[in-house]
Amino acid sequence: MTHDPADTFRQEARDLLESLEQALLDLEQTPSDRELVDSAFRSLHTLKGSGAMFGFDEVADFVHEFETAFDRVRKGESAVTPALIAVALAAGDHVGRLIEEPGRYAAQGEPILAALQDIVGDQGSVKSTSVPAPSDDTRRARSWRIRFRLPDDALALGTNPLLLLDELRELGECDIEALTDDVPPLEEIDPRVCYLAWKVSLTTEAPREAIEDVFLFLSDGMTLEIEALEPGTSETVTADQASRVLPQDLDTDRDKSQAAGESPGKSAQPPQHREAKERQGSSSLRVPAERLDELMDRVGELVIAQARLSQMTGASDDLELKTVAEEIERLSSGLRDITMGIRMVPIGTLFGRFRRLVHDLSHELGKEVEFVASGEETELDKTVVEQLADPLVHLIRNAVDHGLEDPERRELAGKPRRGKVRLAAVHAGAEVAISIRDDGAGLDAERIRAKAESAGLISPEATLSDNELYQYIFHPGFSTASEVTSVSGRGVGMDAVKRTIEALRGSIELTSEPGSGTTVTLHLPLTLAIIDGMLVRVGEGRYSLPLLAVEECVELPESEVAEAQGRNFLNIRGSLVPFLRLRELFGASGEPDPHQKVIIVSSGEFRVGLVVDQIIGNNQTVIKPLSKLHANLGTFSGATILGDGSVALILDVAHLVNFGRGFEERLRDERMRREA
Amino acid sequence: MNDANRAAIAMQALILDLGGEIFAIDAAQVREILDEVPITQVPNARPFVDGLINVRGRVVPLADLRVAFGMTRTATDEDSRIVVIEIELGGESSIVAIYADRVYDVTDIETASIEEAPKVGMRWRSEYVRGISRRGESFVIIPNLERIFVEEGDLEPVPQKAEA
Repeated sequence: MTHDPADTFRQEARDLLESLEQALLDLEQTPSDRELVDSAFRSLHTLKGSGAMFGFDEVADFVHEFETAFDRVRKGESAVTPALIAVALAAGDHVGRLIEEPGRYAAQGEPILAALQDIVGDQGSVKSTSVPAPSDDTRRARSWRIRFRLPDDALALGTNPLLLLDELRELGECDIEALTDDVPPLEEIDPRVCYLAWKVSLTTEAPREAIEDVFLFLSDGMTLEIEALEPGTSETVTADQASRVLPQDLDTDRDKSQAAGESPGKSAQPPQHREAKERQGSSSLRVPAERLDELMDRVGELVIAQARLSQMTGASDDLELKTVAEEIERLSSGLRDITMGIRMVPIGTLFGRFRRLVHDLSHELGKEVEFVASGEETELDKTVVEQLADPLVHLIRNAVDHGLEDPERRELAGKPRRGKVRLAAVHAGAEVAISIRDDGAGLDAERIRAKAESAGLISPEATLSDNELYQYIFHPGFSTASEVTSVSGRGVGMDAVKRTIEALRGSIELTSEPGSGTTVTLHLPLTLAIIDGMLVRVGEGRYSLPLLAVEECVELPESEVAEAQGRNFLNIRGSLVPFLRLRELFGASGEPDPHQKVIIVSSGEFRVGLVVDQIIGNNQTVIKPLSKLHANLGTFSGATILGDGSVALILDVAHLVNFGRGFEERLRDERMRREA
Repeated sequence: MNDANRAAIAMQALILDLGGEIFAIDAAQVREILDEVPITQVPNARPFVDGLINVRGRVVPLADLRVAFGMTRTATDEDSRIVVIEIELGGESSIVAIYADRVYDVTDIETASIEEAPKVGMRWRSEYVRGISRRGESFVIIPNLERIFVEEGDLEPVPQKAEA
C-alpha cells in the first residue's frame, strides 16, 4: 500500500487541532481548569513535534511560538481571558491553514502571534523559552534524580535521546551521565537499538510534571524513575509508561507511592487521569471508511446466506448438520453485531464543531448565546453522522441568527439577555431523535403566510393552522428573514436539510411557540444496514418491520373484524390507538386469516396498530434500498432478502404512524364539530 | 429520427417475445437471463414496475413492458424468462429486470434493415419505439427503454445527451 506519510500527519493534526479547540472552548467556560490548559498545551506540543518530523517547518515554527506564549498561561503567569481564547482559536485555525496549504498563508501568522504576545503580556521576546522566570517565589528549586531507559525500538521510531536531554537541560542545571552497562560486545550491536540508559541530576523550579512532560510523547515500554532528592518531600514514583495507559493505573501509582512511605493523596496527580483517558485513544486503529463499508456488505451477504442455510437445515433430520448450522447462525449474528458496532460512532464527534460555530456566530452577530449540548454519547451509524453535519450546522445557524433575538429585544420581552440554544440527542426505540431548541421569538406565522401567498404556494382564502404554515419553511427558496445577514437568510437550506434527512430515511418535525422559541427535531434510524426485524404476512406478501419499533402484538377483537369501515380504533389498556388494516392498504387478495393480529408500533410519541394475517417471526433484516422506480412509495423504507431467496418489503413505521395520526386528528376534529 | 441516428442503432440484439410481438433489446445492455424466480409484489406501485426480484443478493425492480405497450398481462408459463438489464435511470446506471414471455436468441440487426417507427397506424406511443426491423415474416420492435422507464416510472427526465 502506498501511503503518503504527510497524510498521516495531516490526519493526526486535524485531530489534535480539534482537541485543542475543544480545550480552548471549555476553558472559556471554566478559565481556572488547569487540566484543560495542560490538555491544550499537550496538543500544541505534539503538533510541534510531529510537524517538524514530517517536514512541516512552517507549522512547527508557528506552533513553537504559540506554545511558548501558551506556556505562560500554563505557568499561571497569564490569565485565561475571552480575548486570549479568541486569539488562540484564530491561531489554531491558522495552523490548520498552514497544514492544508503550506506556503500560502505563512505571512498571516505574524499578526496572530503579535496579538497573542500582547495578551499574555510578555514584554520580552516570546522566543525566550529557556529557564522560566522565578516570578513565583513560593516555588523553590529542587533537585531531582532521573533515570530513564528508552524502549528498544525507540530509535527506529524516530526518538532522538539527545533532544530529550536538551529538553531536560532547558528545565534547569543538569548533570547527565550515560549508563553503558547494557551495551553488548561490538559484534552483537544492532545499530538500530538504543542500549544506553541515562542518569540525570537536575536542579529546577519546575514541578515534577514538567519533567514527566519531557517524556510524555515516548512510546510505551520505557522505564522512567524520577526521584526528589530533598529530605521531607522525598518520593519515588516508578512510572512505567506502558502501565500508565491503563485507567486502573491510578491505583497502582498510589500503591507504589504508599510503599515509598507517601500519603496517597499527595501523589494522586490530577492530570494523570485525563492523560490516561487520552492515551487510551492511542490504541485505536485508523481504517479507511470504504473498507468498513465493504465489510458491512460482506456481512450482509453472510447473514442472508446463513438465513438460507438455517431454513434448509430446519427441514432436514441431520442432527450434525443442524449443529453446524446453529453454530454458524450464532457466529454470524455475533459478527453482525460487532461490525455494526464498529460503524457506530457517538454523535458527540460532531457536536464539537457546533460549539465553535456558536462561539463565532455570537461574536459576529453580537448576540449572547449559551450553547448546551446533551446526549453526546448517543451512537449512530457512521454514514448517518457524517451526513448530519451540514443539516445541523444549518439548523444551529438558523437558531442563533433567526431564532434568538438581540439582547435588547430579549430584555424588552422580559427574557435574560443571554439566549439559549440546546442541542440534544436521545435514543428512542429504533431511532435517534436530535433536537435543536432555541428560546427565541418563535416562528412568525403571519410572515410565513404572507411569504407563501406572495410566492403563490397558498391561496389567500386557505385556512391553515400555524403548524401547517410552519411547514412552508421547508419549501425551496423560502426565507422569512427580512434582512439577509452574512450567515443565513438566503433561502437556501431548509429544503436541503429536509432532503438530506429524508434521504437518510429520517423525518423532520418542527414546533414553535410564539415568544418562547422554536424546536426542530430530526428523527433518524439507528442504522442503515441491518436491523432485527419482525416478519409478518399480509395476504400472500411477506413484510418485515423493525423489531425495535414494535411495542406489543394483540389479536384483533372479533368485534372489530366484521366492521371493515368506520372507526378504526383499538382500546389498548384504556388508550385509543388507531389501526391500519394492511390487507386493505395493500389491496391483498384471497381470504383473510380467521384470527387477525395487530402489531402496535410506535414512532416518537405516537402509536399505530398494523393489522396483519400472520406473525411469522423474527429475522435479521439486511436493508436494501428501493430503486428510484419505487421512490414514490412512502409505505416502504426498503427491501430485504429472506432465507428462501425471495424479496420482502420493509414497512416504514414512521410513515405508517403518520398515516394513523391523520386518522386520529380527523376523529378529534369530528368530535369537536359534534360537540360544537 | 434522422439517418445518422438510425445508423447508430445497428446492434447485436437479444430477441424476445412479449404478448405475441417480437422485441429486440441491445445485447450490450443485458446482464443475465433468469428462469422463473419468486417475484414479490409491491402494493400500490405503478403496474409497470409492481414487482421485485432477488438477483444475486440485489433487490431489483421488475418491469413489465407489456404495460407500457398496452398489452394484456398473461400468466407466466415454463417459457417465461426474466431479462436483467443495465440502464440509465435518472442519470445513474441502474440494474432493472424486464419480463419476457419467451427469449429466442441473439442476432445481429443490420442498420439497413431498421426502419423508423411509423407516426401513424401504430398502437403504441411512437416515442417508445426506436425503430422496427424484420425477422423473416414478422416485425421486430426495438423499444426505447430509457424513454419508457422515464415515462412509466415517472422519473425526472434527464437532459438529453447530444445524440451521436
